[in-house]
Amino acid sequence: MNKSACIDVQELSVKRGKSLVLDQLSFQLEAGKIIGLLGPSGSGKSTLLRSIVGNQIITSGAVTVLDQPAGSKSLRRKVGYMTQAASVYDDLTVRQNITYFAKILGLSTDEVNRVIQGTDLSEQASRLVIDLSGGQRNRVSLAIALLGNPEIVILDEPTVGLDPVLRADLWDLFARLASTGICLVVSSHVMDEAMRCDQILLLREGKILAQLSPFELMERTGATDPEGAFLKLIDSGTSDPQSDAPSVPVSVPRHRAAVEESK
Amino acid sequence: MMRRTLATASRVLNQVRHDPRTIALMLVVPSLLIGLIAWIFTDTPAFQRIGPSMIALFPFVVMFLVTSIATLRERRSGTLERLLSLPLAKGEFIFGYALAFTLIAILQTLIATSFAVWVCGLEISGSFWLLFAVAALDALLGISLGLMASAFARTEFQVVQFMPALVIPQFLLAGIILPRDQLPSVLESIGDWLPLSHAIDALSDVAAGTTDSATGISMLVIVAWIAVALLVGSLTLRRRTA
Repeated sequence: MNKSACIDVQELSVKRGKSLVLDQLSFQLEAGKIIGLLGPSGSGKSTLLRSIVGNQIITSGAVTVLDQPAGSKSLRRKVGYMTQAASVYDDLTVRQNITYFAKILGLSTDEVNRVIQGTDLSEQASRLVIDLSGGQRNRVSLAIALLGNPEIVILDEPTVGLDPVLRADLWDLFARLASTGICLVVSSHVMDEAMRCDQILLLREGKILAQLSPFELMERTGATDPEGAFLKLIDSGTSDPQSDAPSVPVSVPRHRAAVEESK
Repeated sequence: MMRRTLATASRVLNQVRHDPRTIALMLVVPSLLIGLIAWIFTDTPAFQRIGPSMIALFPFVVMFLVTSIATLRERRSGTLERLLSLPLAKGEFIFGYALAFTLIAILQTLIATSFAVWVCGLEISGSFWLLFAVAALDALLGISLGLMASAFARTEFQVVQFMPALVIPQFLLAGIILPRDQLPSVLESIGDWLPLSHAIDALSDVAAGTTDSATGISMLVIVAWIAVALLVGSLTLRRRTA
């Protein structure tokens, strides 16, 4: 895999009707890390992920994925995408759903079995999706996104509505995936999940508040929890017009001394 | 190309298979309605004229409804967005659906025609192969118009309203209620261009055993409508959306 950025976004803007959903975003993401896209509902997370997949009509700017423009034909086997609503067929079984998408990708039954096991769905494999719980449905959608070992995996709120145990299991799975060197982007509106990521991209009202590691987030804001850190970033962000520039620390550490940043 | 089209068709058939009530309704209702019409016209020769029109009508109406709702569900559930981000061509998606629903339509026609002939005493003088060819074209016409309609609807409520809007005028002007040459001239010429008129003409020709070049032209007109509707429908399947 390319050692340089696997996803490169330059001055990306998306307008929907008259409202500006994404406002001049620029950032680069590296492979081999869990990248968390965090922000409240309506901050533009899904629109940004759709832009990376190439399903979004963009107003201006450029999105480059593995050195190709986003949405290029050659990327369609390399990008696994899980939409926010579980995009699966209710009236098919788990296995039939996954098998269909595997056939579209030209993959074998072995690969179907692999993702079913990887997402812990073996017991539900022959059940209809409509009879599954919300969390199980989500995992079917996730299994499809993992078909064929894509180099880029984009997951839009994969842990929403899951119980804590399942959520922890999924984050362990994400860590394993990222360690294989793929480029993994996971969105969430639950700030606590920031701590499970290697790098965080904080989005608010279509702008990037910060791109940093969880350690840096806590260190720079001096907050005791990610929720508080996010609030502090917003506070300082609104008072400082420069703050939407990516990877620029938005606030200086308060009472805590800026100890050496070990990584 | 072929593999992904067949995978899509078998996926659609699998979905239908899990819905036995829909299967029963699709396969039984046309026969029941044909039976009702035969009963209404027991003591008149009218059933011999109207019966074939009914055999032409069902594949069109049923497949229009089924396709418009199925593709609307694909659009709304996000499965279409997911499929189009994969290496699936729009044509493979459309022909997958067309293949699955045409097979169901042929089965439906087989049952409805058998019922009309063996139980209701309808006489089919022409070729049964031709009858099924016309019925398959009718089904494809319903599928292609349904695909198009789904693009202009946001909800299931809206999409079912396209049925009366697009289907009933064609039914009224097709010459079943009043022969087309007795309609006011403007309506007659509109009726002469509508695809359902040609579907009914062609099926009536087959039933009466009077197939000639006009039957062939009718089938070509239907094919032309299918081509246009599929083209418009495929333009509405967009990889990138706002």
